[in-house]
Amino acid sequence: MKDYYNKGEERPTLSASVAKPAGVYRSLPMPARYAINAVLVLLFLVIGEGLISGGVVNRYQSGVLEQVGIYIIMAVSLNIATGYLGQLPLGHAGFMSVGGYSCALFIIHMMPVLGVETKAMAAMSSPAAIGLFVMGVVFGGICAAVCGLIIGIPALRLKGDYLAIITLGFAEIIRVVINNIDGVLGFDFTGGAKGLSGIPGYTNFLNVFLTVAVVIFLIHTMMKSRHGRAILAIRDNEIAAEASGVKTTYYKTLAFVVSAFFAGVGGALYAGCIGVMDPSKFGFMKSVEILVMVVLGGMGSMLGSVVSASVLTILPEALRAFSEYRMVVYAVVLILVMIFRPQGLFGSYDFSLSRVVERCLNKDFPWKKKPGAPAEPAKEVSADE
Amino acid sequence: MLNNVSRRQFLEVSGLVAAGLGLAGCGSSSSSDSGSSDGSIKVGVMGPLSGSVAQYGVACRDGALLYFKQVNADGGINGKQIETDVQDEKGDATEAVTVYNKLVEDGVTAIVGDVTSKPTIAVAQKSVEDNMPCVTSSATTADVISYGDNYFRACVTDPFQGKVMGDFAAKQGYKTVATIFDSGDDYASGVADAFKEECAAKGITVASEQGYASGATDFNAQLTAIIATNPDAILSSNYYQDDGMIVTQARQLGYKGVFLGADGWAGIVGGDQDYASTADLEGCFYCSSFVATNPDESVQKFIEDFKAEYNEAPTNFNALGYDAAAIVCAGLEAAEEKGGTPGSDDYKQAVIDGIAAAKVEGVTGTISYSGTGDPEKSTLVITFKDGTEEIFDTIEP
Amino acid sequence: MTFLTQVLNGLSLGSIYALVALGYTMVYGIILLLNFAHGDIIMVGGYIAWIAMANLGLPPAIAAILAVIGCMALGVLIDKIAYAPLRDAPRLSILITAIGVSYFLENGGQLAFGAAAKVVPSFGDFGSIQLGDASLSGRAILTVLVTAAATAVLTFLVQKTKLGKAMRAVSEDMGAARLMGINVNNTISFTFAVGSALAGIGSVLYCMAYTQVTPTMGIMLGTKAFVAAVLGGIGSIPGAVIGGLIVGFAEVFVSAIGLSVWQDAVVFLLLIIVLVVKPTGLLGRPMTEKV
Repeated sequence: MKDYYNKGEERPTLSASVAKPAGVYRSLPMPARYAINAVLVLLFLVIGEGLISGGVVNRYQSGVLEQVGIYIIMAVSLNIATGYLGQLPLGHAGFMSVGGYSCALFIIHMMPVLGVETKAMAAMSSPAAIGLFVMGVVFGGICAAVCGLIIGIPALRLKGDYLAIITLGFAEIIRVVINNIDGVLGFDFTGGAKGLSGIPGYTNFLNVFLTVAVVIFLIHTMMKSRHGRAILAIRDNEIAAEASGVKTTYYKTLAFVVSAFFAGVGGALYAGCIGVMDPSKFGFMKSVEILVMVVLGGMGSMLGSVVSASVLTILPEALRAFSEYRMVVYAVVLILVMIFRPQGLFGSYDFSLSRVVERCLNKDFPWKKKPGAPAEPAKEVSADE
Repeated sequence: MLNNVSRRQFLEVSGLVAAGLGLAGCGSSSSSDSGSSDGSIKVGVMGPLSGSVAQYGVACRDGALLYFKQVNADGGINGKQIETDVQDEKGDATEAVTVYNKLVEDGVTAIVGDVTSKPTIAVAQKSVEDNMPCVTSSATTADVISYGDNYFRACVTDPFQGKVMGDFAAKQGYKTVATIFDSGDDYASGVADAFKEECAAKGITVASEQGYASGATDFNAQLTAIIATNPDAILSSNYYQDDGMIVTQARQLGYKGVFLGADGWAGIVGGDQDYASTADLEGCFYCSSFVATNPDESVQKFIEDFKAEYNEAPTNFNALGYDAAAIVCAGLEAAEEKGGTPGSDDYKQAVIDGIAAAKVEGVTGTISYSGTGDPEKSTLVITFKDGTEEIFDTIEP
Repeated sequence: MTFLTQVLNGLSLGSIYALVALGYTMVYGIILLLNFAHGDIIMVGGYIAWIAMANLGLPPAIAAILAVIGCMALGVLIDKIAYAPLRDAPRLSILITAIGVSYFLENGGQLAFGAAAKVVPSFGDFGSIQLGDASLSGRAILTVLVTAAATAVLTFLVQKTKLGKAMRAVSEDMGAARLMGINVNNTISFTFAVGSALAGIGSVLYCMAYTQVTPTMGIMLGTKAFVAAVLGGIGSIPGAVIGGLIVGFAEVFVSAIGLSVWQDAVVFLLLIIVLVVKPTGLLGRPMTEKV
C-alpha cells in the first residue's frame, strides 16, 4: 500500500485520462495556427472599429488607444535589440523622430503631387490616401533603418554600457541636427525649434492596430526563423555563437537595423497621431521611457512589451485625477518592480494561442499538474546577460 | 530572498493593484462626466500644471479661474454659471491632444488654452474639426492661429515682439547689437529672428548671434564671444530664468551695456525672488503687456483681487490667463444673446463670432480682433529704474 | 584678451563636469552601475544649499557643508534602499532602478519645490583678477582650485589608504574581496558616500556659478558629466578629470567660434569618435573577454 502511494505521486496525470497513448502530443498544423491568429486580429479590429463608430468608445478613448498602439510598436521594436539581441541601446527615440519626420515630410510633400486633399488624407477615404499612408510609413521606417545602419556599424563594435552611451550620443546628435538643419539649408525643412506642424492626421484606430498586427507578425516570424535563432544565439553567448559559425557582426547589425526600422514605423504613426513633431520631445527621456516599457514587461517577451506598453500608456490617463503624484508613483513602482522582480513582469515568457489550443486538444491543463510539482515551471529563464 | 517573486504571484498582485487603480480612475472620471446642463456653461481650461513648464501653466490657470470666479460671483453670463474643467497636459503635445479630446468628450463649449506654443499648435490643428472656440493666453508662435478661425490669442506674437524691440533699438540709437537665445525654444528663436530682420532693415549691425541648447546654464563662452564685439545692446529673448542667469554672468564678465528682452522677461524681478539683481538690471528694457506698477485702475484692481485670492502678486502670465478668460466670456455673452444651447455647433459658432467682434478691456490692454486670431493691443516697453519696473513707452498697434 | 577668458571659462565649466564625472566613475568602477541618479543628487545638494541660505539664513560656509553632508547621506541611502537588494540581479535591472530613483528625485523635487527655478543667494563676492585687458573671474579660479584639491584628496584616498585598497579590491573582484575578509557592502556604501560628497561639492560650485536650482537641472549636468566619464574611460579617476575638461573646453570653443547651437552635437560626436577609435575611452582599461 505504501509503495502504491509513493508511486502514485509520481504517476503522470495524463496517461489515465487521455484516450490516446501517452507521449503522443497532438499539434496544430501551421496554416491552422496562422488562421486562428488572423481571425482573432480581424475580430479585434472589427469589434474595435465597431465600438468607435458606434460611439461606445469615445474620441478621447480611441485617441489614447492609438497611442497605445504606437507605444506597442516602439516597445516591441526596442525589444528586438534589447530582449533578443541582448544589447542596451538608449537612442530609440532618435529613430522614432527620424521615422516621424521623414514620413510626415514625405506625406506633406507628396500630397500635392498625388492630388490628395488634407481631409481625404485624414479620413483615409481614397485609395491614393491609403497608398500614400503605406508608402509614408514604410519610407519613415526605411529612413530610420538607414540611420540605424549608420549608427549600428560603429556602435555594435562596442559592448554593454559603451554601446548604451554611443547610441544615446547618436540620438542626441539626430535631435540637434533636426533642430538646427534649417539654418544650414537656408529654407524651412524640418521646422527647427518651432517643430513641424500641419501634418495631416492620417492615423486612426484601424490603421494603427493593423500596423501593430503586421509589425508583431513580422517580428514574430523573423524571430522564429533561422535569422532569429542566430540573433538569440548571439544574446546567449556571443563567443559560442561565433564559434558555431554564426556571422555575429552581420546578425547584430541586422537586428539593430530591423529594430530601427520598426521604431521608424512607430514614429511615422506618432507624427500623424499628434500632428506636430517637436525635436525636443525625442531626447534621452523618451528613449528611457520606451526602455522602461520593455524591461518592465520582461526582456525578450513580446507579450510583456505589449502589456507593459499598454498599461504604462493607459495608467497615467486613469490616474489623471492624481496628476501631480503620478510621476512619483511611477518612479516608486519602477523601483519596487525591479527590486522584487528584476526580470520584469513576464520574464521571457511568451504567450502563444496555438499552444493553448494544443493544450486544450490534449487536455493538458495547468491545474491538472502532477501533485507535488513546483507551482512554477522551472524552465522560465530570464533574459539577462 | 527578495527576488523570488514568481510570475504568477507578481501578476496576481499587479493585477489587483491595476484593477484598484483602474476603478479609482473610472470613479473619478465618471463623477466629472456630467455634461453641460441648462443652468451652466462648461468651459475647459488646459495647460501644463506639472512638468518643466508648469510655472506658466499654473499661472495662466490661476488667472483664468479668478476671472471665471468673479463672473460667477456677479451672477454668471445671462444667469448661467460657468463651470470649469481644468486639465493638465504636462507641456507635451501628445498629452495636449489627449486632453483636448477629453475636454471635447466632457462637453465643453470653449477652451482657455493651451499655454506653450507647440502643444497649442497640436490642439489648434485638432480643434478645427470641431470648430471649438479656443483662446490661448500665451502661445506666441505665429502659426497657432493659422489653422482655422476658431483660435484666438490674448498675447502678441514672437515676430511682433522682435520687431518692436528692433524698432526700439533703432529709436535708442544703438549701432551694434547682439542676440543670445535658446535655439531649442521656438519662442526665443522666433523673437531673435524677427529682431535680427528688423535691425537689418533699420541699418543696425547684428554683430553676434549666439544660440544655446535648452537647459544650458553656462553662458560664459557665448557671452565672452558677444562682449568681444562690443555691442551697444544684447537681446536676450528667453524666459526670465535663463535671462536672469545671462544678465548675471554677463555682468560678471564685465559687460556694462544694455540688455533687451521680450515678454519672457516678465517676472525676472518682483515675484517672490529676483532672478537677477536689480543693480545688474538697471537700465535694461523689455516689452510686455502687463506690469504691476501700471497706474491703470483696472490693473490695480486686478492686482488687489489676485492678491486676495491667491495671496501672492500676479505675474504677466496670470494677467494673460485672466484676459484669455475675459475674451472667452465676451464670446459666451454674445452667444447667449443669440440663444441656443451651450455645447451645440451653432452656439460654438456664435461664441467664435462673438470673440471676433468683441472689444475687451483687459488688464493687459484693450484687445480687439480684425479678421484674424491675432489681437490688436498696445505693447508696453518696460525699463528698470532704481530697482523697480517702470513703463518707458507705450506702443500702440 | 578674449582667448584667455575663454580658456578660463572652459576650465571652470570643465571642472564642474569633472567633479560630477568622478562620482559616476567611482560608482561604475565598483559595481559597474551607470548611476543615473547621480545628477539628481547634485540637484538635491543645490536645494539643500538654497534652503539653508534663503530660508534658514545660515552663512554660506555652513550651507556648503550641509549640502555636502546631505548629498553624502542621500547617496548612501539610495544605495541601501534601491541598489543593495539588487547586488546579484542582472545589470540592466539595477540600471532601470537607477532611472527610477532619478525619476523619483526629479518629480519629488518638483512636487516639493515647484517647477520654477529657485535663486540661491550669493556665496560671496570673489572679485576678479585683471590680466592685461582680460578679466578673470575669481569664482572660476576658485572652482578650478577646489576641483584640483578634491581630485588630489580622492587620489590619495583611493591609492594610499586602507579603505581605498578595499575599494580597489572590490572593484577588481567582488567575490575574491569578500573571501579576503573585506566587508563588501560597507565598502560599496563608502564609495557611494565619497562619490556623492563630490556631487555635493559640485552642487555648491554649481550654485556659485549659476545661482539657480531647478528640479530638472541634474539631467543636463548628469548627461554631460556621464559623457565626460565615458570619454575619459569610465572607472578611471584621472580619466574622469580629463574627460570633464575635454567636454568643458569643447563646449566653450564651439561657442567661441560662433557655432554654439551645435555644441551638444560636437560633444557627442567627440565621444563617438573616441569610442570608435578606443572603445574603452581615453584611459579606460581594455576589456578582455573570457571564454
